[in-house]
Amino acid sequence: MIVDFLKQVYYVAWGDMRFLRHNFWNILVMSVMSPLLYLIAFGFGLRTGETSIGVSYVAFVIPGIAALSSLSSSFSSTSTRMNVQRLYYKSFDEMIMCPLSLSAIVFGKCTLGVVRGLIACGLIYVLGLCLPQAPELVASPLVIVCIVLSCVVFSMLGMAAALLAKSHQSMATFNSLIILPMTFLCGTFFSVSDLNVVFQAILYCLPLTHASECIRAAALPDYLDFPVVSLVVLIAFGVAFFLLDHWLLKTRKV
Amino acid sequence: MDDIIIITDLVKSFGDKVAVDHLDLRVRRGELFGFLGPNGAGKTTTVRCVATLTNFDSGTIIVDGYDIRRSPIEAKNRMGVIQQQVSLDKDLTIRENMISHAMYHMMGKREREAKIAELTEFFGLEEYLDKPVDSLSGGWKKRAAIVCAMLHDPKVLFLDEPTSGLDINARRLLWDVVRSLHSKGTTVFLTTHYIEEAEALCDRVGIIDRGRIIALDEPKRLCENVGSVAVEYMEGGRTNYRYFGTRDDAQAFASTLPTEGEIRIRRTNLEDVFVELTGKTVGGQK
Repeated sequence: MIVDFLKQVYYVAWGDMRFLRHNFWNILVMSVMSPLLYLIAFGFGLRTGETSIGVSYVAFVIPGIAALSSLSSSFSSTSTRMNVQRLYYKSFDEMIMCPLSLSAIVFGKCTLGVVRGLIACGLIYVLGLCLPQAPELVASPLVIVCIVLSCVVFSMLGMAAALLAKSHQSMATFNSLIILPMTFLCGTFFSVSDLNVVFQAILYCLPLTHASECIRAAALPDYLDFPVVSLVVLIAFGVAFFLLDHWLLKTRKV
Repeated sequence: MDDIIIITDLVKSFGDKVAVDHLDLRVRRGELFGFLGPNGAGKTTTVRCVATLTNFDSGTIIVDGYDIRRSPIEAKNRMGVIQQQVSLDKDLTIRENMISHAMYHMMGKREREAKIAELTEFFGLEEYLDKPVDSLSGGWKKRAAIVCAMLHDPKVLFLDEPTSGLDINARRLLWDVVRSLHSKGTTVFLTTHYIEEAEALCDRVGIIDRGRIIALDEPKRLCENVGSVAVEYMEGGRTNYRYFGTRDDAQAFASTLPTEGEIRIRRTNLEDVFVELTGKTVGGQK
């Protein structure tokens, strides 16, 4: 049963992996460009010195950039490819007409986003580990778990956005109104605790805040306690987005 | 002969607009069934409901004994669908599209390779296999789409306006393909607004208008029901048509017409049936 399910996930993801292979260098450059720019602009250009938790700002900001890379890469690669397949190529219909379980379609279609997110996060994080300005960063299984979870959550959000989008324009609107504000506000470049409680309450309703906190705490274990609650909330967001994707596919109100 | 597709009391609305209105239809196993109708009559919506692409409001659809709502996986295994717009992934090659389709139907590597080789040879697609989708002309893309839909040996193949937008040569090539699939025993459900296509290919034809079936029979019998002989004549600056059971009756009527203008007596065709029943030309205008 599980083997059969995993086989279906692989079969759904296979075409997207071929797409990734055809465009690998292009995707690699695109994945690493924006986190690199954020690192240069915010990590080196804007601020230096020590943060309130006692680590250099570069060490503080790299987990935040990894979190936002998981958002931007995972979300955009899943949503863009699905949007094109659904609205323009109509090849997504072919998959719907085949005898595949809807859960396998959700996981399979999210795989490209997860892989691209991992490439982007992995590159920026490995770069951070090599920087002399960020000696406090550690590489641990918990960092990997948090990054993978974050990529899965945002890839599933990307799928929901693509299933709801009626046109390419509506995807762009979703990006501008939801994704871009999250990128800058959700504890990626500063600590959410620096803001007043009203802003904090709003930002803690968004998944990227929890992803940032989890990745940062896992990356700086000697300076921050791991926020188990944020991990649970992030998992809850993942489950909610999965159920939303499943429901959208099942009801075909898309 | 048993029925492979049974559609009962199917209703599908989009807001206030009823696209399919209590439609009942049965398609026999092994037949080449034509589904004709003007633009917006509900042909594509019906096919999308059967293909599980669109949820319907009420009714039941049974494909080869499986209710598509209760047993969607089993029903989908028995169907192949070629949509009006070629729905191949343009970021992949033709071969990759075929492999993807075979994988969606859980075909193992050996099985899918054998089937792809067999069908690409049959459709003459070998030299295009490793080319990107967009390097092929419309007719070849349709052929590739048909191969994708046929890989899992479906019992019923839905072709939604398969020749739409193709030139006459590509259209005739596709007709040959459809005939050969039918001759192998596959049930073919063909929606079209090309009357000559339905006439040339179909064993039976259903005509749909405003979401309802208004006629269903063999093309020849549909023509007989309207009148086997047509008189086409000019009156008041427009072409008029009258239909008669026999040539003698038609000639008798023609002799009463004013002599100016052209008068043609010919056999009734499906287009006459279509216009007579729907009050529209094929393009949908009155």
